[in-house]
Amino acid sequence: MKTVAVIVFPGSNCDEDALSALAGLGFSPKRVWHDDKKLSGIDAVILPGGFSYGDYLRCGAIARLSPIMDAVEEFARSGGKVLGICNGFQILAERGLLPGALLRNRDLHFICKTVGVRVENTRTPFTSQCKKGQILHLPIAHMEGNYTLDLERLEELEAKQQVIFRYTSDKGQMSEDANPNGSLHHIAGVSNETHNVVGLMPHPERVIDKLLGGEDGKWIFDSLKAA
Amino acid sequence: MIKKAKITVLLKEQILDPQGKAVLKGLQSLGFGEVTDVRQGKVFYLHLESPKSRSELEEELRKMTHKLLANPIMENFKIEFLE
Repeated sequence: MKTVAVIVFPGSNCDEDALSALAGLGFSPKRVWHDDKKLSGIDAVILPGGFSYGDYLRCGAIARLSPIMDAVEEFARSGGKVLGICNGFQILAERGLLPGALLRNRDLHFICKTVGVRVENTRTPFTSQCKKGQILHLPIAHMEGNYTLDLERLEELEAKQQVIFRYTSDKGQMSEDANPNGSLHHIAGVSNETHNVVGLMPHPERVIDKLLGGEDGKWIFDSLKAA
Repeated sequence: MIKKAKITVLLKEQILDPQGKAVLKGLQSLGFGEVTDVRQGKVFYLHLESPKSRSELEEELRKMTHKLLANPIMENFKIEFLE
């Protein structure tokens, strides 16, 4: 059974969802407090959603300096599997473990709804069970999800297949309307160059049970199980 | 001895500033038609106690800004010494 650490920062609030999703899907979840200095016996790390440090300064800007992040970085740089969800994605971007930054949503609204998300790359530990082009319906809940990167590096990102997820309409079409927050190239999630670190703004851990409105999040956890 | 530094952080010119745009709309709806654009940023005042020279301090402040106060992917900054 794979052991997955869920890092809890002051202000994280999606850690319980992540822990219970993991427990329900056949993983051994481990709650890790941000002040801890070590990670051991871990097969993967999840940085959950929430409002770490109240989003003070910039989302994730202070959480990336937490003591546990040195261990997370070492784990990531040695090939360990790391998934950043929403605020977790913001923290990984601020830490430089993922390229780019997440700006305030184009329309200045906190957006809370289910969106279409297309899987662009299935060669990551979190998308291996998906088909390229598969559309997942995942909820988003954020104010700062507007992905940005300078155009030169953005071209590089595309060329190196580091775009993992893109926003689409319900039916799987990309358009300005279907892009909830203004992200460049409709990017909903990216990976690092070696594809072991993935960040996404949508919340897969919230849709792992029909009773909760959907099961599309399972694709991501099933991929991790098979990794 | 330098006691206070002011660091201004603004989004880079090419980055869309939705907050600035919202403030612009607000000003225009109040009748201030002279305003054609608004960019909103942050100002940090740092109180300092250090024997370091001005250029050494400026270097330290630059590091502080790069490491925490600004995200160089999306923001530019300006350092000024007060007092």
